[in-house]
Formats: sequence, structure tokens, C-alpha cells
Amino acid sequence: MSDAEHAKTVLQGDDFARMLKRIAHEILESERGADQLLVLGIHTRGVPIAARLAQLLGRIDGAEVPYGALDVTMYRDDLASKPTRASRPTSIPDGTVDGRTVVLVDDVLFSGRTIRAALDALADHGRAKAVRLAVLVDRGHRELPIRADFVGKNLPSSRSERVLVQLEEIDGTDAVLIESPAGDIA
Amino acid sequence: MKHLLTGALRREDAISLLDAAEDMHEVQDRQLKKLPALRGRTVVNAFFENSTRTRSSFEIAGKWLSADVINVSGSASSVKKGESLRDTVLTLAAMGIDGIVMRHGDSGAAQLAADWLDVSFPSVRVINAGDGAHEHPTQALLDAFALRRRLFGAQSRGRGLDGVRIAIAGDIAHSRVARSNALLLPALGAEVTFVGPPTLLPPGADTWNTTVTTDFDAVLQQPLDALMMLRVQLERQRGAFVPSVGEYIVGWSLTDERRAKLDDDTVIMHPGPMNRGLEISSRAAEGLQSAVLEQVTSGVSLRMAVLYSLIAGEEPQ
Repeated sequence: MSDAEHAKTVLQGDDFARMLKRIAHEILESERGADQLLVLGIHTRGVPIAARLAQLLGRIDGAEVPYGALDVTMYRDDLASKPTRASRPTSIPDGTVDGRTVVLVDDVLFSGRTIRAALDALADHGRAKAVRLAVLVDRGHRELPIRADFVGKNLPSSRSERVLVQLEEIDGTDAVLIESPAGDIA
Repeated sequence: MKHLLTGALRREDAISLLDAAEDMHEVQDRQLKKLPALRGRTVVNAFFENSTRTRSSFEIAGKWLSADVINVSGSASSVKKGESLRDTVLTLAAMGIDGIVMRHGDSGAAQLAADWLDVSFPSVRVINAGDGAHEHPTQALLDAFALRRRLFGAQSRGRGLDGVRIAIAGDIAHSRVARSNALLLPALGAEVTFVGPPTLLPPGADTWNTTVTTDFDAVLQQPLDALMMLRVQLERQRGAFVPSVGEYIVGWSLTDERRAKLDDDTVIMHPGPMNRGLEISSRAAEGLQSAVLEQVTSGVSLRMAVLYSLIAGEEPQ
């Protein structure tokens, strides 16, 4: 595989634990505790990250922090221009986000379009008190006026590169890789 | 899959539709029952034969996905003026619609419409909502969906109906529901038995991937996970298939006595509309074992999944 030859590992293993712990502390600092917090992961890889983050938040704050999963498929702006995507289950503890401070979690922040869809999806589940965004990697190239409140790592990248996040729960290992298209290596 | 014309689906396609329906089912528990997935899309319900539940089910499904849904009924359309099916279908397609949900009294009507549209309007999808005594694929899919939920609950996703024993009883010959189920359920791994009066078993049923018998009481003595009663289709009975209603009830009706012999966890199903007292007793239709209303609720979720899967995206190249 020529792709694999050009894949560079940027983060792995312990880096993840440190980043998530720092994000958890930042969230607790800016939200003044974990009261009324709800952590929602965006499919696919945002979901296990959200679970980890909620557990960290609970451990630090001493109270259980609820977490769930949000499917944004139906809200995407490119539905009509791509083959039909399979939907994924949404699970929101108590069925509503009314009055909660929602922390949206995703693996990579890129164009911002997924987050736009997520904000629309969230609005259909009630009126959150506030919505924050936490991402593992921010790789730039935003196409919408969206920014993350909590970032694990800023990873300047070229548009032609691919940033891949691998997670223990899905891929068997924690890693962030940058893939350059073949023949485009420095 | 471009059109949905038959219950003869590949196992993985059927399961992915059932799983999508699980996601759609969650929408029914929300305060705001609306998804934007089909915004700007237009779906026509073309019903050339009467229907309440299927038509409203498709209409609700389309509206909850934000599609514009238009209803055309046979009795109030140009069909009454003598327009051919072909002209009606092409006329609707020429208005720029994205999908036609078609119910027609003649077998093969949906397939014909799909063939015509593939030539002239290849972007229009056709969903068969019942064609004569031939097929009713969304009913078979919703039966599978409702049963899978009953049996496996929250663990339903990704599963088939492997080893699930299902008996389907009654007027098999005139039932498009039976035919679609005969194709779909075995593909999902279920063991299906058809039972009915010899005159209401279709010729060739022995070639289906199912067991066919006439002895209802013998079927009920075997362990069953689900028992589906079919409607006696009085409007399709052109000859005397059973000597009398009384005789039918004695041999093939799910009476209170027969229900009492069933295991407590055998799921009782009926695609509706029910002839209470004929093929099913009121008590059997409304007891805790009955999934009749769950089937109706499931119908909306399943049809949302079908509309979404066929209409939301571009056709894969």
C-alpha cells in the first residue's frame, strides 16, 4: 500500500490520556464544575471519545457525568450529492437536552460542516442551556464560522492530506496519523 | 437498491433497512418528530386501490422526513377518465418528483412503472406498496422489524431472524403479504410455515422456501415464536374457496380456544385490516401477545427507512 508508506504518526497512546485529561480540566474550569453537563459524541469516533471524557470528568468532579451519542447523518448538507449514508443510533440520556450544558465531542474538526449538522440535530432534542465543542484534533480549513472551545491538538495540515484518528475501542490502538497522497511527500 | 419492488432482498440489504428503521424508530419518541433528510424532495403516493393504513403510513413517513408528499388516488384521478397506467406514471414523473409509492390492483404494476421510468425518468424511485395478489414488500419488512424488536429488544441491530419459527395462517393464495414474507423471512434465517385451507394455498407454494400444510391445529402444537394471521380477503374471492364462514372458523380461525393453547410468549401478528371473529378473535387481537399495533407503529419507522435509503442520496455509480 503506497498510502501506508506516507502515513506519519503524530500522536499515540499516552498522548491521548494527557490531552483528554487536560480537556476535562479545562471544561470543569470554564463551566465551574460538572453540574448539568452532558457529553455527546458525534458518530463514529466522537462516541468513544465522549465516553472517555465523561468518565474523566466524573472522576475529577466526583459526580457521574452522563454521556451519549448523536447521529448527524440526516442533517448533513451533502446528503443529496453522495450515495445514501447509513444512519446511526442516537442516544441521549433522559431523551432531552433541555437546560443542560452540552459538550459536543468529535475526533477531527475540519470544514465545520459536521458540527453545523450536529447543532441542527441537537436543536431537535430540546433547548440546551449552552453548547460547547471539544475535539481531539483541529486541522484547520474551516468552511463555516465554527470554532472549538476545547482542542486536544492543533494540527496544521494541507488540504490534500488526510488526518486519521484511531481509537482503542474501534481500531485497537490510540493514534493520530497524517496521510499524504502518494508522490506528495516532502 | 434503486427501487423496492419485492421482498426478495439480499440478507444484508434487508438487515441494513431494518437497522435504519431502528434509528427512525427513535424519532417517534421525540418531542419533535421531524428529520430534514428529504427536504426539497417530492414523493407521490399513487394509490389505485383503497388503503388507509399503508397510505397514511407512507404519508407520515414522508412528512417526518420533511419530504413534500402528494396523494393521488385511483378513484379521483385521470385513471377514471380512461388514462393508462403508463401515462399516469409518466405524467407524475414529468412534474419532477423523486419517488412514487404505488398501490395497484394488478400484479406487476410497480415493476412495469419502474421499467418505464428507468427509460424516461431514471432518477425517479418506485416503491411497491402492494400490487394485486403479488407482493407488498414494506409490509413484510415491517413484520420482520416488529418481530425482531419483540424478540430481541435493544439487541436487535445487525441481527436476522435466524431460527425464529413463524407460522402464517389463512388466505395465502390471495395474500401479497404472504408472498413477500415467503421471500423475505427465510432470507433472514426464519423457519416459516404456511397453513390454510387447501383451496387458499396458491399453486406452486411447495416450491417456496417454506413448509406448507393445511392442518392448523397440528401447527399450533409445535413451538412457535410468532403466529401471523392473514385477513380473509372477501373482495378477492371470486369463487367459493371455502364452503362457509363457519367452516373457515372451525378449521383456520385463531379462536380464544386456540389462543389458549399457544405459549405465552408466542407473538400474535396481523397485517390488518382485521376481520374480528373471522380469522382472529378480539381477545387474540388485543391480548398482551398481540403485536398488531406495534406493527402499525413499526410501519412508519420502516417506511421512513425505505424512503430515506432510496431517495436521500445519489444513486451509487
